[in-house]
Amino acid sequence: MTDDQLAVPEPHSTPASTGDADTIDRFQDPGLPAHRPRRADVDEKAAKRAEHQVSFMFTLSILASLAFAICYFAVDPNLRGRLIIIGPMNLYHLILGLTMAASLLFIGLGAVHWAKTLMPDTEVAEERHLQASDQAARDEAAGILSQGFRDSQLDRRPVLLALTGGALALFAIPVALPTIFGLGPLPGDALETTVWKRGMRLMIDPSGTPIRPEHLTQGSVIHVMPEGFVGDTHGEDAPSALEIMEVKATASVLLVKLNPGDIQSQKQLDWGVDGIVAYSKICTHVGCPVALYERQTHHLLCPCHQSTFDMTDDCKVIFGPAKRPLPQLPIMVENGYLVAADGFAEPVGPSYWERG
Amino acid sequence: MSKLAAYRRSPIALIVLLFLGLTFTGTAYAALQPTAPADGAVASATASDDVEEGKKLFLANCASCHGTNAEGKTGINTAGPSLVGVGSAAVDFQVGTGRMPMAAPGVQAAEKPVVFTDKEIEQLGIFIDSLGPGPQVPDAQYIDLVNADIANGGKIFRTNCAMCHNSSAQGGALTRGKFAPDLMNVEPKHLYEAMLTGPQSMPVFNDHTITPQEKEDVIAFIKNIEEGGNDFGGHTLGSVGPAGDALFIWTIGIGLLIAAAIWLGRKAA
Repeated sequence: MTDDQLAVPEPHSTPASTGDADTIDRFQDPGLPAHRPRRADVDEKAAKRAEHQVSFMFTLSILASLAFAICYFAVDPNLRGRLIIIGPMNLYHLILGLTMAASLLFIGLGAVHWAKTLMPDTEVAEERHLQASDQAARDEAAGILSQGFRDSQLDRRPVLLALTGGALALFAIPVALPTIFGLGPLPGDALETTVWKRGMRLMIDPSGTPIRPEHLTQGSVIHVMPEGFVGDTHGEDAPSALEIMEVKATASVLLVKLNPGDIQSQKQLDWGVDGIVAYSKICTHVGCPVALYERQTHHLLCPCHQSTFDMTDDCKVIFGPAKRPLPQLPIMVENGYLVAADGFAEPVGPSYWERG
Repeated sequence: MSKLAAYRRSPIALIVLLFLGLTFTGTAYAALQPTAPADGAVASATASDDVEEGKKLFLANCASCHGTNAEGKTGINTAGPSLVGVGSAAVDFQVGTGRMPMAAPGVQAAEKPVVFTDKEIEQLGIFIDSLGPGPQVPDAQYIDLVNADIANGGKIFRTNCAMCHNSSAQGGALTRGKFAPDLMNVEPKHLYEAMLTGPQSMPVFNDHTITPQEKEDVIAFIKNIEEGGNDFGGHTLGSVGPAGDALFIWTIGIGLLIAAAIWLGRKAA
């Protein structure tokens, strides 16, 4: 490598603190350290040994691949066993994992060992060059471009120039329109409403049985889904699996029986039945299912980010990142069963742009 | 001056005297402390005797926190809820898993070795039942797990239990030091009673909200996890979720990667 390619630019000003200006002008290229031959380079026996080591590792890899294929069919997939220190586990997956790992690992180990011991290890420096073309080539390219501009007469016919530009620009429309509207329909009021409406029965998830208020004891918790979306959903006009998932993600409700005397909010009492209250199970932070109800403290905890809601005070947030209380579902008794008295009065789940 | 008087002034005398005094006090305490009667020693055939025996046990072991009539007490170190109407199922769970009597006041009564015999626990339960009706110890048919539907139990477990106890029933944290215990190696009877009575922070799942058959399904599902039914693909790493997996990768996994990188960068000899 030559001096002038790695040269440090001349400093514009000499640093004030240096006494001897000559010694600081440029760093000397220290060059490469002396090449030291490896044992395998000088000793044919060592080279042979290295070759054997590499062959051994590749052989191990081949054996591991064959062992994988045999075990894949021969071992019982439910085989379990107890390993010392590690404990009980499924041995089938352990064997497949170990043989697959060995199969790949020994290819890698062999290749690296081969490269380190037998392949050439002389130090090679790769020179760097200027990236720009020389001035003549650049002038020629500019000449071709302006020649083309003149030959197509664009400099003399501005209407053609404008229309070419306009046509090319508007071609963006056939590309962009399907992309934008292909994202799906606008959400409409789907963010503000759920399937709950007046008279809809509350059903136990997952059995799908309706709930009588006298069936709840103090401290009872029931996970509730709206009627028609839980239990046996195989009828004529049954909802699709996708619809059920959507309802589960928006309309699931936690039904809790509290002592009416413990409830501090009049609205919470009025929207419940004798201390039985229903709250949205979707966290107002990022929408995890909030369901860790502590019966003694009446705290309702979200497992994702530890937002804690006070069940006795209209599910107000008392800890954590959630900003709004959980929405309450008004309920009443109809024909002996608990039904919704109305839908949710506010959007359930996490905040969004329009809501803030 | 007699020999005894001379010894009395020796500095060793104080230590000897202290040792003797402590030994005597300890022995006397061990001999005189109120002990729970041994199993079967006072077993009686009539129910009213069981109530009496249960009451004696209650007064000796529980009344300091729960009150002499099990009416409950409030206080800094002696607060206990009323036990009227909690039923023998609650007694069997709390005492039968060693949670009661509590070793020390705290946010949560932890599981520990059981201090009473089965007979004594039954007598305590009969005494509590005599105060007011409550949930009973389950019938054998609902805890023998014969004809239980494990898949249905899994559905119910994931809806009602998994958020606190973890989807593999390994337990999890609650607020302010409380926690949901892991459910491995718990007797089916105690699992059933916990659902039925809702001990401590746990909600109640009575026979209407989760029917006895469904409770048996849930227990069968938990037992299936115990036998490895939920456990595919190598080691579970405790089934505690991403924290356990991440700890393994960040220590052992990255450690191996660093070792490999160092080996790759070294020149051969």
